[in-house]
Parts: sequence; structure tokens; C-alpha cells
Amino acid sequence: MMLLETKDLSFRYQEEGEPALERVTLAIEDGSFTAVLGHNGSGKSTLAKHFNAILLPSGGTVYVGGIDTKEEDRLFDVRKTAGMVFQNPDNQIVATVVEEDVAFACENMGLPPEEIRRRVDESLAAVGMTEYARHAPHLLSGGQKQRVAIAGVLAMRPKAIVMDEPTAMLDPSGRAEVIEAVMRLNRETGMTVVLITHHMEEAALADRVVVMRQGKVALDGAPPQVFSQVEQLEALSLTAPQTVLLLRELNRAGARLSLEALSVEDCAEEILTYLGADSHGT
Amino acid sequence: MLKDITLGQYFPGTSPLHRMDPRAKLLILIFYIVAIFVCNGLIPYAICAAGLAAVIALSRISPKLILKSLKPVVFIVIFTGVLNVLYTPGQELWRWWIFKITLEGIYTALTMIVRILLLVASTSLLTYTTSPMALTDGLERLLGPLKKLHVPVHEFAMMMSIALRFIPTLIEETEKIMSAQKARGADFDSGNIFRRAKALVPVLVPLFVSAFRRADELACAMECRLYHGGVGRTRLHTLRYGRVDLWGGLLSVAVCAAAIALSRLL
Repeated sequence: MMLLETKDLSFRYQEEGEPALERVTLAIEDGSFTAVLGHNGSGKSTLAKHFNAILLPSGGTVYVGGIDTKEEDRLFDVRKTAGMVFQNPDNQIVATVVEEDVAFACENMGLPPEEIRRRVDESLAAVGMTEYARHAPHLLSGGQKQRVAIAGVLAMRPKAIVMDEPTAMLDPSGRAEVIEAVMRLNRETGMTVVLITHHMEEAALADRVVVMRQGKVALDGAPPQVFSQVEQLEALSLTAPQTVLLLRELNRAGARLSLEALSVEDCAEEILTYLGADSHGT
Repeated sequence: MLKDITLGQYFPGTSPLHRMDPRAKLLILIFYIVAIFVCNGLIPYAICAAGLAAVIALSRISPKLILKSLKPVVFIVIFTGVLNVLYTPGQELWRWWIFKITLEGIYTALTMIVRILLLVASTSLLTYTTSPMALTDGLERLLGPLKKLHVPVHEFAMMMSIALRFIPTLIEETEKIMSAQKARGADFDSGNIFRRAKALVPVLVPLFVSAFRRADELACAMECRLYHGGVGRTRLHTLRYGRVDLWGGLLSVAVCAAAIALSRLL
């Protein structure tokens, strides 16, 4: 089933201005982990904001769980289906105690206190923040704050989480924390994840990578396929992962290696097999 | 230096004071403030101060923090103190040019100082032991009847709690901006008061810009988490009066009433 779908989606911030999105047609499958890559101004954040009806299309349609985001009276259903996590963790935490912040969405949904309690505990456990339930958010690290923000969205029990550069303001260890939590959610609970990012290494962990450029989808496919297209990536001024670059250098020197190796292990394996095959051959 | 501002800061804990219902604490505080302003004389104030000291001890909040909360009002205290000493008519003790010190003046000044200090200390204690969310919740519930008169009680409560939530964030930000300006040669610590105030302009402008941006993003994040005002909203922690509230309330009322009664009798 397609959980998030855009059909010919176009969007302009100003009536006359340049389109931020131009005829984007994308379908994101239930339970998948999709990374959306692109430069500043490529339209990737604008796209994310459409999945949550923060922005409404200027042209075309967006379906979230089968609901047209333009249907005003189903706005809450759209937002309950696709939860949104933003870049700056400080600006999305409402409460002064972690668990009260996680409860915020449930409180707005008018759930009974026992149910809120259950969901808060469950959501905090899902991101590994249970022991911080009674802490003050401003004393947490960036990665922890962002995990609290994720828990706050999880408490709505959404089918998908759309994350708009959730790691852009974090240090490397915070980034790893958040990505690990997101991947676990995707693997263990089958949560559909859309991760907007400009980090190649993060995108490489997804099932599917969509590369945006000037409001259009430039590349779309599984990470090994997308990242092995070194020339196209360079044309989009993105750098391929170092492993791919290494393999390509070797190929230039006369080797015949497949470029579809994103981790260091895969890369080493590829080179070893090639060397092994070569030595047997001669 | 900005870290010294502790007003509106919550220190989590498990003391009886932390466990009390925010509504009970608010009502007690209101009663206590009334008592402070109605009281007169040394013994009633000693009772009020002792009562507060006992509650501070009970809260397990370090007295240092309470003293710190008094720092921002030192200027006001000195100012009102001096004015009261100099301008209260009565039995003259000392006179120079147009200034005169009277016995009544000293007495009024001391009373005012004690009142202000007790007022600030007790209010700080409330915010130290009550999470801002609980506090706003309590206020919202106490003022609930005003909703019938179309007073936007929930909206005010929400705004207050968000303001409290962002105090530490904005303090941190101010410090960052000040460091950045200092690195570029800004000088905040020398010159007269006007020069110093002028030096703060390059701090305030970016601070306000960023506060507006934060407000915008927060509003968006709140909407994404289905916020739509107070209608149909439930709470994780529903407020319930307990035994702590009954005992706390009775004891506080007894102490305050005793202080008021004594000041009427003496």
C-alpha cells in the first residue's frame, strides 16, 4: 500500500515566484525507509511540509493514508497519520518536563489520562529515553532532545514519521543516536520513515533514496544504485560516499569493480573478491 | 552573569511541597501574601518568616537558591527602603538640608523590605517546586470560571507556560550572542549606564529576531501535534487534591491567621 503519495505536486511560495516544487510524483510505501537528499533550495523541506498539510499544493494533490491533504475537516487525520519532526529540537518542545512534552499531542487528542500514560511510556521506551521522563528538556543533549521530539510524535501513534533534517543541528554522536533510534523504529515496528537530510551517510542507510534538484526528482532508487551514479551526483553537486569514490578510482586504473558498495565492509569485500578472482585467473 | 536569573525555574523533586496540588499551593501563596501585607509588628513577621523557612526546609530546595532569587530585587529593596526612611513624616531623629530620618520612617522601611523579601522568596519557592506546566494547569483550573465570561484563560495559561519553557533557551541564546559580540570587540561592562544600555542594542536585535523565528517554528510544531486550543483537551496529570494539600493548607492558614491575629492584637 502507498502511504504517502504526491501526484503532479507543484508549489510556489509566492504567486509569481520560482516554483519550489514542480510536478513531483512520488509514492512512498507503507513500512519503508526513504531518504530525501538535496541541496539547500532543492525543495526537499517543502516536500516534507506537504506530507503534513503544513503547506498545501499550488497544483496537483498529496494523499496521506489515502486522504487528500486539501480536505480541511480531515486535517487532524492527516497529521495523526504522518507525524512531523523538525530540525531544531528546542523549537518543538513545548513542555518543561520530558514526559509532559511527549504527552502534548495525546492531550490535544483528548485521550483519557491512563491512555496518555501508556502511550507516553511506550513512546519514551521506543526511543530509549525512559530514564529521562522526569528531566527538564533544556538540560538534555541535542540528540536526546531530538529523541524526545520523536517520542512526542510517536505518542500520536502515526503510521509515518516525516523528519525534516532532524540531525542538521546535532554533533556526530547526537546524529548517530537519532539515526539509530529511527532505524530501530523502522525495523522493529514497521514505522514508515521519510528522512530529509543532506548527509550522504544517513541517506545510505535507507531503503530508498530520492535526490531532489530545483523542485524536481533528479534520482530515485535504492542507495547502491543512486550512489554509484557518480557523474550524475557530481552534476547535482553532491559527493558520492568515499567507498564509491575509491572503487571508481580503482576502476580508472584498470580494475573492473562494481560501484555498489556503500559500507567499508562491502567495499573491502568487493576489492578482495576482485583480487582473489584476479590471482586465480593468472 | 545571566545564569543568575533563576525566576521561573523548576527544580524537580519529591518533597511534600513538590507533591502538593498546584491549586492548593497557589491558594496558600495568595493567602500568605495577603497575610504579609496585612501584618504589622515584629512578632507577626517573625512568624511569617519562620513559616516560610520551615516550608523551604520541607521543600529541600537549597536556601542558597532562594537567596539567589532575591538578588534581582536588591535594587528595589534599597530604593524603597531609602525613600521610606527619608520621606515618612514623624518623630525626627536626624536632619540635614531637606533630608530627615524619622523613627516611623525606619520602621516603615524595615516593614517594606521584609514584605518585599518574603513576597519574592515565597513566590520563587512556588516556581521552584512546581513545574510550570502544573502551575499553568493550576491557574487555568482556578480561573476556569472566568471562561464563562469569555476570558481566554486557556490561551493565557498556555502562553505563560511557553514563556517559562523558553526562559532558559533564550538565556542561553543571549549568552551566545553576547559572546559573539564580545569577540567582535563589543564592550558591555564599562562606561556609564547609557553607554551600557546602548551596547545591548546589538544583542537585543538578533535576540528578538530569533525569538520570533522560534515562535513561528514552535507554533508550527504545536499544530503538527494537533494543538487546537483548550477545547476538548485532556491532561496527562489530572489535578487531584490529596492529604498533603489538606494538611499543608490547614497548617499554612493557621500560621498566617495567627500572624494576622497577633498583629491586630498587639
